Amino acid sequence: MIEGARWRRWVFFNIPLLLFIVALLFPFYWMIVTSVRPDKELYRPWNAANYTPFWTLNPTLEHIRELLTETLFSTWMMNTMLIATASTLISLFCGLLAGYALSRLKFPFAGSIGTGIFITYLVPQTLLFIPLADVIRNFHLGDSPWALILTYPTFLIPFCTWLMMGYFKSIPKELEECARIDGATRWKAMVYIIFPIAVPGILSAGIFAFTLSWNEFIYALVFLSSPEQKTVPVGVTSELVRGDVFYWGQLMAGALLGSIPVAFVYSFFVEHYVSGITGSVKG
Amino acid sequence: MATAGAATPRPYVATPRRGPITRLLEDERWLASALLLPTIVLLGLFIAYPFVKGVLLAVTDTKVGIPGKFVGFDNFEKLWHDNIFHVAVYNTFLYTAVTTVFKLALGLWLALLLNRHFRGKAMVRAFILLPFIIPTVLSTFAWKWMFDPTFSVLNWILYQANIITGRVNWLGDPDLAIISVMVVNIWRGVPFFAITLLAGLQTISPELHEAAAIDGARAWNRFRHVTWPLLLPVTMVVVLFSVIQTFADFQLVYVLTGGGPANATHLFATYAYQIGVGTGLLSEGAAVSLAIFPVLLLVVIIQLLYIRRVETV
Amino acid sequence: MAQVAIRNLNKMYDDVHAVKDVNLDIRDKEFVVLVGPSGCGKTTTLRMVAGLESITSGRILIDDQVVNDLAPMDRDIAMVFQNYALYPHMSVYDNMAFGLKMRKFEKSEIQKRVQDAAEILGIQDYLKRKPRQLSGGQRQRVALGRAIVRHPRVFLFDEPLSNLDAKLRVQMRVELKKLHERLGTTAIYVTHDQVEAMTLGDRVVVMRDGWVQQVGDPMELYNEPANLFVAGFIGSPAMNFATVRITAENGDLWAVGDGIRLKAPAAFANSLGPYTGKEVVFGIRPENLRIVPDTDPAEMSIDAIVEVVERLGSEILLDVAVGPITMVAAVEPTVRAKVHDRLRLAVNPDRLHFFDIERETAI
Repeated sequence: MIEGARWRRWVFFNIPLLLFIVALLFPFYWMIVTSVRPDKELYRPWNAANYTPFWTLNPTLEHIRELLTETLFSTWMMNTMLIATASTLISLFCGLLAGYALSRLKFPFAGSIGTGIFITYLVPQTLLFIPLADVIRNFHLGDSPWALILTYPTFLIPFCTWLMMGYFKSIPKELEECARIDGATRWKAMVYIIFPIAVPGILSAGIFAFTLSWNEFIYALVFLSSPEQKTVPVGVTSELVRGDVFYWGQLMAGALLGSIPVAFVYSFFVEHYVSGITGSVKG
Repeated sequence: MATAGAATPRPYVATPRRGPITRLLEDERWLASALLLPTIVLLGLFIAYPFVKGVLLAVTDTKVGIPGKFVGFDNFEKLWHDNIFHVAVYNTFLYTAVTTVFKLALGLWLALLLNRHFRGKAMVRAFILLPFIIPTVLSTFAWKWMFDPTFSVLNWILYQANIITGRVNWLGDPDLAIISVMVVNIWRGVPFFAITLLAGLQTISPELHEAAAIDGARAWNRFRHVTWPLLLPVTMVVVLFSVIQTFADFQLVYVLTGGGPANATHLFATYAYQIGVGTGLLSEGAAVSLAIFPVLLLVVIIQLLYIRRVETV
Repeated sequence: MAQVAIRNLNKMYDDVHAVKDVNLDIRDKEFVVLVGPSGCGKTTTLRMVAGLESITSGRILIDDQVVNDLAPMDRDIAMVFQNYALYPHMSVYDNMAFGLKMRKFEKSEIQKRVQDAAEILGIQDYLKRKPRQLSGGQRQRVALGRAIVRHPRVFLFDEPLSNLDAKLRVQMRVELKKLHERLGTTAIYVTHDQVEAMTLGDRVVVMRDGWVQQVGDPMELYNEPANLFVAGFIGSPAMNFATVRITAENGDLWAVGDGIRLKAPAAFANSLGPYTGKEVVFGIRPENLRIVPDTDPAEMSIDAIVEVVERLGSEILLDVAVGPITMVAAVEPTVRAKVHDRLRLAVNPDRLHFFDIERETAI
């Protein structure tokens, strides 16, 4: 792969790649540094003489301690975890079944139902949040985790269905035919033969769905109102900013800790996540 | 029955006893209905129903706590004369167009870089996806802090590099604010473009490149005539996805500027939020967010036509 | 043990008529092979017997019971697929035990049956492995084992050997034949390979375009093909065909074509009579041609020029020009023939075939 002189490799490959990496990762570095920087260093203007942006000599865990003890951050973490897990499980369940039906069974209107689900896949949350808030209120789900557990699947199910359809299509249909001849009902052939084989696809869909629901903002912002019900993104946004005052140390600590679960899940399943992303657009 | 099976040949049961549910689920049509039921119920309740409700809401004068009456297209007419809405429309289109071009160009560049072999490639690929997977709101706060007029590290870097002489108020100036929001959107979107395009690149067999190289094609020609045409289908899908997401974007503007300064950076979604939730004018807010719909519809139609074309070819 | 009856079976896919009015009676313990080119409806027929395809019209009976509306699981059959369809996430043992578990057999019985089947097939050592750790031939055996542990009424085979290499295919063919003799289970076997059909089948069903062309035991198909298609399809190398005109001279019938002039044997006198003055298709198998000295009578032979010599070891195939067409003759390996040699080939008078040129049926 090495073509031409060494400098060419630097100019056309090493330097651009390095710039990309720095640009893409710098905000996270900044997040980390800020969250351990003591306040008196933090609020030193950038044109001050002793402004040391990239490191601190007095790292502190004060912001993290305050975040965990003086705010509801840990409650928000628990809420987000519960909501993300529950909505992911619901979406996986629905997406698995629907994906199987759409990719494997012949039935009337299969095409139009598939198209319908595909269209809902493209519907952004911001299109419907106002009437949906009304619906949530009518169902008496407002300000409860259920508001999100039940609405997150609306954007997760189409995604899971789409991904699973693609995955099921790659499994030879003879496997379930053989199982059915072997004495399994259609249901059992699906559950005992096809689903276990589809585990990598299920993992991809699940991880992707989990990060999407951990990420979700506008529904959580609109449907939840009491501080102790909030999710991490909303809690950080609305509760760590008091009036006009931003507590940057706490904010960055919150951003850092709030990112850890997704980063953790992600780090274990990078490959599944990547195939989830690519599957999400290819189907 | 199981005990009888051991010694003597198992007698064949002429009509096996199966429960009614088992028999029903052996029929493809019934099984399909059962499998699709949970999905259709959830999507019906929380997508189709709210959509109808949103349309109905948009033609009334409902406010929070006050049931409205039918007012026809008054809300849309009001928007037609609303200056902030004009700004929001302009911003949304500009924002979508500019960021999509940059995300595509930079994403493609990054994908081409990542398509080469180098040490630590898996590691790099895993790390560059971070902007995409870390909750948007949280990473946007890091940017907001980086854009802070008094404590901005960006200002410090630019000052040290002798590019600026005084302070830059990134989010305080209307023009700079929208550019700042775009920068963050591009930053967040590039990894997604890069990774999906990389997946597309990897499906192109190396032999094609070798064939092109033997033909004497130089790198640029090789890209233009071999890689790009083969990458186009994936690119198309990724761009359409991104267009919808960007067009309906909310979080970045909400966190960075809140639509300000002086309502200069509103997008459809943030303006809808400000009116519908902030001011409580539900029906007007619903009308604003419905303005996303025509564009969504257009993209869906392109998408469906495109998929059909690909399938029939 | 069971017999299978197929009555006026039809299958329509949208506007494609895939299986047309198939009738077939398969006796208990019989090994029946459905053979034909791809798209002839053989696999569709098999899948309808399995219950994997719905039946458009007609009936399928197993042991006199109509099974049209019976789910595959209730038909008590076993099927071996072309790609083996082994469950990749289960061990060989679990693959074989799956059907028995589904039927709620006792654990000890399952174990016994799997062990027995594994012994028959020589795969005892692989029971704990996953399918992907096995070679093609081993996978094939597991697929067979999975079918035989069930002791089903009928075995269905859908081109089970076509994924194997040539050598292994011949070996497995023999094993299948032995297995069938040992178990005696009624079997329906689909293949596109006529050699496989001939060697395995007690009876062979030749299909084309959804129609059954002929049903018979292998030698019947070989010796008395019912039509042009079967004649050309069965036998390797394929039968030689030439268009000839039937003429009557001095009370004898002659088949006359470009480079061909043969006296029709007396046995054909009645059947060929009505065709006097008309064109028919004349057929002779390569192995029924024999090199004779030029002094032999011309009325029972064809003069030809050698174009290609293919030495197969056990025999020699000569591609020879007869008038404008090329025929193949299978001759003794001791023959010394060279390209451009002029030969006289005697036809075996008992092995002549004539076909109606329009209806393509045997005369």
